[in-house]
Amino acid sequence: MSASTTTVVGARPSGRAQSFWQRIRSGDEIAYLITFSAAASVLLITGMLVFELYKNSALSRQKFGWSFLFTSVWDPVAGQFGALPFIYGTVVTSALALVIGIPLGVGAAIFLAELAPPRISDALTFLIELLAAVPSVIIGLLGVFVMIPILRSVEPALRAVLGWTPLFSGPFYGVSLFSAGVVLAIMILPFIISISREVILGVPGDQREAALALGATRWESTWDIVVPYARKGIMGSIFLALARTLGETMAVTMVIGNDPKINHSLFAPGYSIAAVIANEFTEATGDLYQGALIELGLVLFGLTIVINGAARLLIMTTEKKGAA
Amino acid sequence: MSKPLHLMRRKAVNAVMLSVTALCTLFAAGTLVFILGYLFVHGAKSLNLDFFTKLPTPVGEAGGGMANAILGSAKLLLLATLVGVPIGFLGGVYLAEFGGSGFSFVVRYTTDLLNGVPSIVMGIFAYTLIVLPQKHFSTLAGGLALGVMMIPIAIRSSEEFLRAVPLSLKEGAVALGASKAKSILTVVIPAAKHGILTGIMLNLARVAGETAPLLFTSFGNRFWSPGWEQPTSALPVMIFTYAVAPYDDWHQQAWSAGFVLLILVLAVNIVARMILSKRVAAR
Repeated sequence: MSASTTTVVGARPSGRAQSFWQRIRSGDEIAYLITFSAAASVLLITGMLVFELYKNSALSRQKFGWSFLFTSVWDPVAGQFGALPFIYGTVVTSALALVIGIPLGVGAAIFLAELAPPRISDALTFLIELLAAVPSVIIGLLGVFVMIPILRSVEPALRAVLGWTPLFSGPFYGVSLFSAGVVLAIMILPFIISISREVILGVPGDQREAALALGATRWESTWDIVVPYARKGIMGSIFLALARTLGETMAVTMVIGNDPKINHSLFAPGYSIAAVIANEFTEATGDLYQGALIELGLVLFGLTIVINGAARLLIMTTEKKGAA
Repeated sequence: MSKPLHLMRRKAVNAVMLSVTALCTLFAAGTLVFILGYLFVHGAKSLNLDFFTKLPTPVGEAGGGMANAILGSAKLLLLATLVGVPIGFLGGVYLAEFGGSGFSFVVRYTTDLLNGVPSIVMGIFAYTLIVLPQKHFSTLAGGLALGVMMIPIAIRSSEEFLRAVPLSLKEGAVALGASKAKSILTVVIPAAKHGILTGIMLNLARVAGETAPLLFTSFGNRFWSPGWEQPTSALPVMIFTYAVAPYDDWHQQAWSAGFVLLILVLAVNIVARMILSKRVAAR
């Protein structure tokens, strides 16, 4: 930097040199440096985060290698650690949350964007977005004491309809993969609804008018024209929701049952990656145990980074399409 | 002859599907009303002055409060603000005022990714940075975990509000001979001040309810926690501990704590959103 300055000073003695010193005095360079280092520190922090997770899981990575991801024995006493039951629990509860959350969320977004009068739509959206602000530990509290009793009364009906599948067999324990999925579905609703609503509102009005003018009903214009037009943005909201369900900790920990086994029935208890870290980290005696938990953190980090990255790219491409 | 029948079917589908979407909305909006109502009924009834002024009592002894958890949460939030707001705000200034295309894109993308990192992983991060070298849990570690969580949102909201400042204001400052730094300090930041402060409030409300990153950083404490080097209790952690414990009077306390926390978080959210929407309407 100093080298370039001297050449500039040499080339144009009076004007540029003065302006450079003026800029120093007026603080431009200083302001640039300070704000630049703040922005750069985000990269530094993210780098440190990855490094710390990687370094502190070294023991577990060396001992188990890739088989850590594919073995299902979790026995701290014997020093055997396999992540499969937690990966299974995380994936199953997230999938269940999406199965419940997507129809509800997209349905509500359609209503809010296409049907409700603007004022009512704004008020309801406000309420729904506030739901996103409710701390997850409070959702968990209600999950344990209110939602599980409700699910107990719903369970016989569910079993009557879907009991023939292995997913809904066996006794219902209350705390279960199913309860965790339902809690997660409720938690992702505000994200799906508020982003999808924005995207649907952004669909040009002439698309709807053209469909209605051709004789389509309101629903047909919405479902066949507007929703496909907004498809990418809605997908983006779903990916963001998925990233949240994977990392959600407290509410899941409180209702999933904390059983490190792979149970095929949704009515049985399970365990998720985030939940096992939350429950066992403080009592993890020995470096290998702690290393295994930190490696689980690394796995969770990797999963959410991939899903989030994909979501951002999806939303970015829709924004570009809208601009063009 | 078949046409009216066909038409009737389409109209029926229309009516059914539209009502289904209305039901979806009702369910989503109703959930919040239900949560609020339920916590109000179950949390407010056992809420009294003791809750705010007394320490937790030993198991089996009635009464007691969560004064230490309330103070602990306040201390953690103060630390989080000191870590997260300066970096977030200055980073936002960079993105809004100095950023080019390449580096800014990388910073923005990384910020979004950092925002998506699960809070429990942030807890591990603070654990490895502070608890592991020091070999004990501390308020400091909890504050750092929450502070790092604040950075991404602080950056993005600061940038957004700084960008919303009309170009004519900046041009006016520059035309009067102000340097870029001076125009940012005296014109742009004051114009964006309310928005940025509101963003910080929302950000604080979000981390105030975070439990997972505190479990193994600030840990928990049944007594007062003097200074910054000792484990401290926090309101959300108390809710978790009390909710999963097998004692009925602890459950009752958990409801009260949940009620207090929810009211605080929702109040900040409602006020902040009202300020923001008023500003948008005024523009």
